[in-house]
Amino acid sequence: MSEQYLLEMKNINKSFPGVKALQNVDFQLKAGEVHALLGENGAGKSTLIKVLGGIYIAEEGEIYVEGQKVNIDGVVPARKAGVSIVHQELVLVPYMTVAENIFLGREPGKKLNINRKKMTEDAQKLLDAYEMGIDADTLVEKLTIAQRQMVEIVKAISFNSKILVLDEPTSSISDKEVHFLFETVRNLTKQGVGVIYISHKMSELQEICDRVTVMRDGQAVGTKVVKETTTDELIALMVGRELTNYYTRDFLEPGETILKCEHISDGKMAKDASFELKKGEIVGFAGLVGAGRSETMKAIFGLAAHRTGDVYVKGQKVTIKSPVDALKYGIALVPESRKDEGLYGVQSVQFNSTIEVLNEFIGKLRVDHAKEEKITQKYIDMMSTKTPSQQQIIRNLSGGNQQKVMIGRWLATNPEILILDEPTRGVDVGAKAEIYSIMNELVKQGMSIIMISSEMPEIINMSDRVYVMAEGVVKGCISHEEITQEKIMQLAAI
Amino acid sequence: MLSRIKNGVLGYLKDNIGIIIALFAMCIFLVIFPTTRTTFLTTKNVFNILRQNASNLFLATGMTMVIILGGIELSVGSVIALSGCVAAGCVVFLGLPEIVGFLAGILVGALVGMFNGFVICKTEIPPFIVTLASMNIAKGIALVYTTGAPIRCMTDAFKFPGAGYVGPVPTPVILMIIIFVIACFIVNRTQLGRHIYAVGGNAQAAKFSGINVSKVKFIVYTYTGVMAGIAGIVIASRLYSGQPTAGDGAEMDAIASVVVGGTSMSGGSGRLGGTLIGVLIIGVLNNGLNLMGVDSNWQYIVKGLVILLAVYVDFIRNKKAGR
Repeated sequence: MSEQYLLEMKNINKSFPGVKALQNVDFQLKAGEVHALLGENGAGKSTLIKVLGGIYIAEEGEIYVEGQKVNIDGVVPARKAGVSIVHQELVLVPYMTVAENIFLGREPGKKLNINRKKMTEDAQKLLDAYEMGIDADTLVEKLTIAQRQMVEIVKAISFNSKILVLDEPTSSISDKEVHFLFETVRNLTKQGVGVIYISHKMSELQEICDRVTVMRDGQAVGTKVVKETTTDELIALMVGRELTNYYTRDFLEPGETILKCEHISDGKMAKDASFELKKGEIVGFAGLVGAGRSETMKAIFGLAAHRTGDVYVKGQKVTIKSPVDALKYGIALVPESRKDEGLYGVQSVQFNSTIEVLNEFIGKLRVDHAKEEKITQKYIDMMSTKTPSQQQIIRNLSGGNQQKVMIGRWLATNPEILILDEPTRGVDVGAKAEIYSIMNELVKQGMSIIMISSEMPEIINMSDRVYVMAEGVVKGCISHEEITQEKIMQLAAI
Repeated sequence: MLSRIKNGVLGYLKDNIGIIIALFAMCIFLVIFPTTRTTFLTTKNVFNILRQNASNLFLATGMTMVIILGGIELSVGSVIALSGCVAAGCVVFLGLPEIVGFLAGILVGALVGMFNGFVICKTEIPPFIVTLASMNIAKGIALVYTTGAPIRCMTDAFKFPGAGYVGPVPTPVILMIIIFVIACFIVNRTQLGRHIYAVGGNAQAAKFSGINVSKVKFIVYTYTGVMAGIAGIVIASRLYSGQPTAGDGAEMDAIASVVVGGTSMSGGSGRLGGTLIGVLIIGVLNNGLNLMGVDSNWQYIVKGLVILLAVYVDFIRNKKAGR
């Protein structure tokens, strides 16, 4: 070998019944580098990582760590080989302290007499070494999501790992916290740790990663040095074709005001939000996590216990006490957290598509199944959702297709005002572009859209106007011509 | 229309093929086994099985809805005792017509169900605890009311729902068919039915969908209470008396039927069609063991193992199907 890699995966093959999940994949990681793994959902990223972590066993292929061939056939051998994975879903025990979590299963002291003092001290030393600013004695449930992620990373490092895998670490943390996370990652690489970084966010790659390997359909289709490539080139590699219009948006002259909200408050996170929405407009809502954007929209949608402030639809003051009222006035809300607030995971695509419009096909004595199928199919076609059938259990679809079903569900109510809360979170690039194009079509047909988003490029490229919120208050409004990331951040910063 | 019915039947067989085979296997075994060969497959015995398991089916329809909701209902057994005692008490102590007694029994069941539903909706107390409490309360009231002794009631009208016949068919079998059809209608053909699946699948999402989660829960627990009330009357009628110990452990048979029928304890999915087979499996099992003369103490052990096996086979099958 001319150059010794920290990790080398050679000719990895892995199949599941009916699918070749990985096909002759080669992957190399250098010591001290951050190596991004990029690809649409289902491209094979997670499978590759699971092979590395010993959760799956590859049928073919070899893995070398620091030039030595290793046999990873379980989670323990993986850990011994120096591999640690921080999964997307955090797996800390909320009712235990940070120290207890870090040393879970390998507590210092005797089996029946744990040396708590030593455990806490050791944990604190680790936390301080990376300047985490977290007390080892705190209960994990009291930490923010970002802090929990830090604890996961410290836990991973504490196994003396040389190879650290971060699976979409920034999907649920704010920009400020992302900055902190990156500091930690840089600290680690200085000490020679190699980091594999999985993310959908192009902007992050530029900031933190040295090289990037793109995967598509179970194959590694290219490895590039980040500084020498462009976002367009990477997207083209990922989807296997040129995406000419990633953001589709025709900016037309908006119509009259359709929704006007004054001093909206829910007594908690939403404090004083005033804004208006015109016909045929996409209005972005930017701000840090916790700025009260989602809470404001929930309050308008009738989901807050105590709402104050006034809502006017087409100039008429309206009373919205529940989502049923909101739908009556033509307002629909696609919630932020698909899994917690949207999906009926064990049910079919059909069930999930039609739950808002049951009265259109369930009569007094009979169910009009033909109509139910027709409605479902209409929105599958409109959103170009990829599903084997209407009866497919929705949990088995990719994130992008789940999100399309969610949006379709709310479009079925024929709303005039559509509120989308993080419409592309956890959605792959191809589906993202499709969702943007559908949003563009909808506003052209006269619908008005409010889009809450934490992704700056999305906000900047899709919005006619952007409201920026901080601490539950609308801080200002920027028109499309004047939007820049700096202007938004100035208003969003507390 | 015809193809829809055909698809429906085929879909039903496909969904429940495991337990249908199990039920058939049990029946075939009993038809060829020497000591049961002459007794099992007779009209009398088949009606017997249906009659004895009618009350379990009433409970199981409600229990299926409760479990789809992600809940559990432990008080149905006690409600059987209470409702039967109240019905008999109305007739014997108060001299009221039998029909009034029956309605009073059903009303008692409805009240317990409403109590369960109300507490579960208004507090964060888990259904397991709430219904465990009401199970004890209902049982206590039945014992206090009867001072522990059965209330005998031998009138023909009182015997009708449990021991009577409509033509050649036992009344409980008629009731069983009516209630099963009503339950299927509620679950499969109404908005409420869809809402039950939605609330059980993801209560938070159901709120976003504008579904009144509390109302759905309240209705389902009330329905289950009513079913327990009817079961209580049928059992009291069959025993010619209201007994404070009737219905002991009935909740466990109902839960077992639902689970054997393929409804997941984690909520959000399940089918009444499966529950029907589950009820029949438990029924044929009890009947078969009796006919074979198996000692009643051993019957518990066999029943436990069969439940475990049935659920395990279903679990493996679903895992293979990737669900």
